[in-house]
Amino acid sequence: MAQQGSIITDEMKKQIGVKGVPTVLEVEKGLIRMMAEALDDPNPLWQDEEYAEKSKYGGIIAPPALLCCARAGTGRGVQMKSPFPRALAGGDEVEYLKPLKAGDVITSVSHIAEYNEREGKRGPMLFTTIETTYKNQRDEVVAISRSTFISY
Amino acid sequence: MAKKQLYYEDVEVGTEVTPLAKVATTQMLVKWAGGSGDFNPLHFEDSFAASQGVDSPIVHGALKRAWLGHLMTDWIGDGGFLKKLACQYRGMDYPRKMKTITDPQEGETWWCRGTVTKKYVEDDQHIVECDIWVENAKGEKTTPGSATVVLPFKKAKS
Amino acid sequence: MAKQLYYEDVEAGMEVPPLVKKPTTQQLVKWAAASGDFYQLHYDKDFAQAQGFPSVLVHGKLKFGLLGQMLIDWIGEDGVLKKLGCSYRGTDFPGEDLICKGKVTNKYVKDGEHIVELEVWTENPRGERTTPGTAVVALPSRG
Repeated sequence: MAQQGSIITDEMKKQIGVKGVPTVLEVEKGLIRMMAEALDDPNPLWQDEEYAEKSKYGGIIAPPALLCCARAGTGRGVQMKSPFPRALAGGDEVEYLKPLKAGDVITSVSHIAEYNEREGKRGPMLFTTIETTYKNQRDEVVAISRSTFISY
Repeated sequence: MAKKQLYYEDVEVGTEVTPLAKVATTQMLVKWAGGSGDFNPLHFEDSFAASQGVDSPIVHGALKRAWLGHLMTDWIGDGGFLKKLACQYRGMDYPRKMKTITDPQEGETWWCRGTVTKKYVEDDQHIVECDIWVENAKGEKTTPGSATVVLPFKKAKS
Repeated sequence: MAKQLYYEDVEAGMEVPPLVKKPTTQQLVKWAAASGDFYQLHYDKDFAQAQGFPSVLVHGKLKFGLLGQMLIDWIGEDGVLKKLGCSYRGTDFPGEDLICKGKVTNKYVKDGEHIVELEVWTENPRGERTTPGTAVVALPSRG
């Protein structure tokens, strides 16, 4: 039952929980290196093979930022609708359950978890929260993210 | 998807390479920077480009070279082999800006083109040489070059 | 690498060593390539200005990544980042200092793990918190 004047339509509500198409990402060392360079993060666990092999991880791992970005399929394939033309990222929250190792093949699936609407400085705003589950090739959940998108 | 194969016998001097249209966008330049590792701000930052005397960010030469590679590999098909590709960055090209996250604004379209200049058999290879270039919307060849390819040969019918 | 941090070393109110960054337009292009976010708001100044911003914006998720870097540098290799969340409240622009900060809010032992909770944020040169958030880490214990 949409409240009067709500911008969240019944059609939009029907999309809550509907799973998007799975996205498969091979966590290649080249991608990890690009991300480390983009962060300007010299941690040897991201790039130094010899160092990483001797660590408790036994090899190169990925920085935590990898698991909520577009390449990892976050938000892919969900029917995100909004009456407003402008969009911004509102926030991200990621729960890490397993280390993400180079060579892992991650399958992510997203769905809309909730909508919220608020009156902002620039007028009415719609907040859409997308939840994404990331599993590795052993079907273990490596992380769960909640990303909020704002449109206004 | 089955692609049609081009054979040595199909081409003559003067034959046109199937043209390929390209639209350079600011987004494509950012993707190319990532793919190639060339993060020179000349290709994405207005003020840096202006300080270098080119008004606004310009298309990477290596991207235009890659377009010419695409032109040739599409034309020669899976059975052909690109042996040599050379080009010169003569003229500057300016990308279209993005209208939305997926679509460019209206503007210039570039054409990659070529013509066969020579064909011959050498060391049992069926070689074809071409003049190739990237042409801007005004028809100027901003990136002229040449390519040498090996094409498969249809067995002589008897 | 830095020396290992232990559960016993931290108390509520303790600050995480700040990580000072100054993103450049080049870093934003690198981030676009690495993350796959090719939204022109982060590389087309005219577009950003048409959206009402003075210049291109630093990607929110890049700030998330930098907060992650700060925490991982702090907890060391025997620490585990269990959760990180932040809101992109304010906009940040390339060429300006972006300071990642954090403060311990709580510590406790749960299911045999030595847990530390933190408040984390990024700060602009005017001292405004543009990316407030929270994090949960597990640290080794001296036992």
